[in-house]
Amino acid sequence: MIEVAEDGTKKVFNESGIEVQEVYTAADVEASGGIEFIGEPGQYPFTRGIHKEMYRKRAWTMRQYAGFGNPVETNKRFKYLIENGQTGLNVAFDLATQTGLDSDDVMAEGEVGRVGMAVDSLRDFEIAFDGIDLEKITVSLTINGSAAILIAMYLAMAEKRGYDLKNLRGTAQNDILKEFIGRGTWIFPVDPSVRLVGDTIEYCAEHAPKYSPVSVCGYHIRESGCNPAEEMAYAFCIAKAYADNVIARGMKVDEFANRLSYNFNIFGNLFEQVAKFRAGRSLWAKIIKEDYKAEDPKSMWLRMIAGGGGGGLTFEQAEVNIMRGAYYALISALSGAQTMALCSYDEAYTIPTEYSARVSLRTMQLLTEEMGMCETVDPLAGSYYVETMTNQMRKRMEEVMAEVDKEGGIIEMVRDGRIQAKVSSQAYGMTRNIESGAFPKVGVNCYRVDKEDEHEVEFHEYSEADTKLQTDSLAKVKAERDGAEVARCLDQLSEDAKAEINVMPAIMAAVKAYATVGEMTNALTAVYGHYEEPIRF
Amino acid sequence: MSGEEKRPIKILIGKPGLDGHDVGGKVVARALMDAGFEVIYTGLRKSPGEIAQRALDEGVDVIGLSSLAGAHIPFSKKLKGLLDQYGLSEKLWIIGGCIPDQDHAELKSIGLDGIFAGGTKLDEIVDFINANVGSKKEAS
Repeated sequence: MIEVAEDGTKKVFNESGIEVQEVYTAADVEASGGIEFIGEPGQYPFTRGIHKEMYRKRAWTMRQYAGFGNPVETNKRFKYLIENGQTGLNVAFDLATQTGLDSDDVMAEGEVGRVGMAVDSLRDFEIAFDGIDLEKITVSLTINGSAAILIAMYLAMAEKRGYDLKNLRGTAQNDILKEFIGRGTWIFPVDPSVRLVGDTIEYCAEHAPKYSPVSVCGYHIRESGCNPAEEMAYAFCIAKAYADNVIARGMKVDEFANRLSYNFNIFGNLFEQVAKFRAGRSLWAKIIKEDYKAEDPKSMWLRMIAGGGGGGLTFEQAEVNIMRGAYYALISALSGAQTMALCSYDEAYTIPTEYSARVSLRTMQLLTEEMGMCETVDPLAGSYYVETMTNQMRKRMEEVMAEVDKEGGIIEMVRDGRIQAKVSSQAYGMTRNIESGAFPKVGVNCYRVDKEDEHEVEFHEYSEADTKLQTDSLAKVKAERDGAEVARCLDQLSEDAKAEINVMPAIMAAVKAYATVGEMTNALTAVYGHYEEPIRF
Repeated sequence: MSGEEKRPIKILIGKPGLDGHDVGGKVVARALMDAGFEVIYTGLRKSPGEIAQRALDEGVDVIGLSSLAGAHIPFSKKLKGLLDQYGLSEKLWIIGGCIPDQDHAELKSIGLDGIFAGGTKLDEIVDFINANVGSKKEAS
C-alpha cells in the first residue's frame, strides 16, 4: 500500500503495516535487531530452515488437495496423482463428513461427495487407500470438527493392513480453534472441542508417535481477513492453547511438540512472505525453548505446509492464476516449507480437476527440476532487506501475541466472537481497498479486459447416482456389522466423554466396530452439546 | 415500499447448508450496513426451513443467500417451496458467492431475482437492492 503525504513524499507499507524503505543497508539490519537470530540452517533458532541440508537432501513433499465423490473415485484420483509424481496425499472430505453427518442425514442432502470424499465408516477408508503404500506416501487428512473420528479411522485402517502404528507417519489438520474463526466446520462448543484436540495429541504421542495429529492453520485466518504477521501470531496463540491443554494433563513439552505442524498461506508480497516464514521459525523456536522449556531441538521446529493462497486467486482472467500459483510456489520454496500444496487455477470456481491438479504439480516440479531451488539452503539470507524485514516481522508478531494475551487469550476471543469480528472487518477493508484500486489486483482493478473470456472451466458435476452408491454402501455396512457391539461402543464413548477422560480409545473401538461418523458424533454431542455461533460485527 | 418511508431496508443474509465460507457473506453484510440497511446475518449452517422462518419472523424486505460450496441449486429449490408457503415469494431474493455462469438461468427460473457471482462490486449489490426492493409485488 502506498501513502502519499501532503508534501508529496511517498510512503510504502506492506500488508502487516511495516514501512518498506527505498533501499536497505547493513545499518538497517543492525537497527532492526542485528543478525543474532539468523544462525545456521538446522540450528536454533532455525531462521534459515529446520534442517541443515534442506532441499539438497529431499525436496519438499508435493501434496495437492484431492478427493471427491465416493471412496472408489477418490482412490482412482489418488493413484493418478501418485503416477504423476506426487509424493504425499492431501485428502478432501465432503461437508457432511467434515461436520459429523452421515451421507443419509437430511442435512447432507445435495452435499454428499460434492467438495470432497464422502466417509461414513471405516469401510470407506479401506476402499479409498486400497493399494496405496502408506509408508511411501504420507497422507494428510483435511479434517477438523470430526478429526478425532477420522484420525481413529486412519489408524484403524493402517493397523488392519498390518502397518506398525509406532512407525506410521501422516498428518491431520485437526485445528478446531481456527475453524471457529474461519472455514466453519465446527461441531461441538469451544471447550470440549479444544479438549478433543488434546485427546488426539495425547493418544497419538503414546500409540502413533510419528503421526502429526494437529496442523495449526494460520492459513484460513489469513483467508478470513487478517494480515501476514497476524496470521502467524494467531497460529502460535492457537498452538499454545493446545499445548497448554495437554500440559495441564501432565504431558511434557518434548513428548508432543515435535509432532505439532503448521499450515500457512502464501499470497501477497513475496519479500513479506519470506520474512514471515523466517521470522516465524525463530519465534516459534524461542517460544517452545524459553517459555515451554523444551530441550529436544525437534520440539522447536516450525514444520509447515505452505503454498495455497486461494485468497489471492481471482475469478477474473482465471488463467492468470496459473502464474500466480507459480510465484506462490516460488515464495514457498524460498521460505523453506516442508510440504507444498498449491491452489489450482480453477480454485475460485470449483474443486481441482485432474488437469488443473496436474498443472499445479508441474509448477512445483519446474522449481525442483529446472530452477535450481534445491541446490542451496535459504538463498535470500543476507539480503539487507530480507534480514531487516525478518527482524521487523518477528517483532510485529510478538506485539500481536501480546495483544491477544491482553484481550484474555485466543480461546476467550474465539468464544465471544471478538477475533471473528476483527478479521471480518479487515476483510471488508481489504475488499474496499481492492474496489478503490488502493490495493492493486491484476485483472480486477487494473489491466481488466472489457469482456472476460468464456471460461472453459470444467466442473465436478454433482451426481445423485454417486450419492445413492454411498448411501447404499452405508446401509450395507450397517446391515453386516454387529449392532449390539456398535451400541455398546457408542455408550462407552458417551460415558468417557461425560467422565472427561480421553475419548480416543472409545472412538478407536467404535471405529473398528464400523460405527459411523454420524453415530459417533451424536454420541459426543449428547454430552458436549452443539456450538452456538456468536454473531458479532 | 414508497420512497417517503424512513424505515431502513431490512435484509436477511443467510448461510445455507453446510458451507463454511463466511468471508464474503460478512463483507456484504458490512457493506449493506454502511449503506444504511438493517442487516440480519444468520451465521453458518442453516436449513431452508430455518432461513424461511427467520425471514418471516424478522419481516425482512430482502432475502440474501451466500453460497460458495456448490449446493446453491438444490438448496434454492427447497427454499423456494417454503418461501411460497410462508407468503414470502414477493420478497426480493438474491444470491451471491461462487455461482457458475451456467447455473444462472436455472436459479432465475427457480425465482432468484439477483445473482452476484465472484467479482461483483459491493455497490452493485447495494444499487440493485435499492432499485428493486418492493417492486416484485407490483410486477407480479
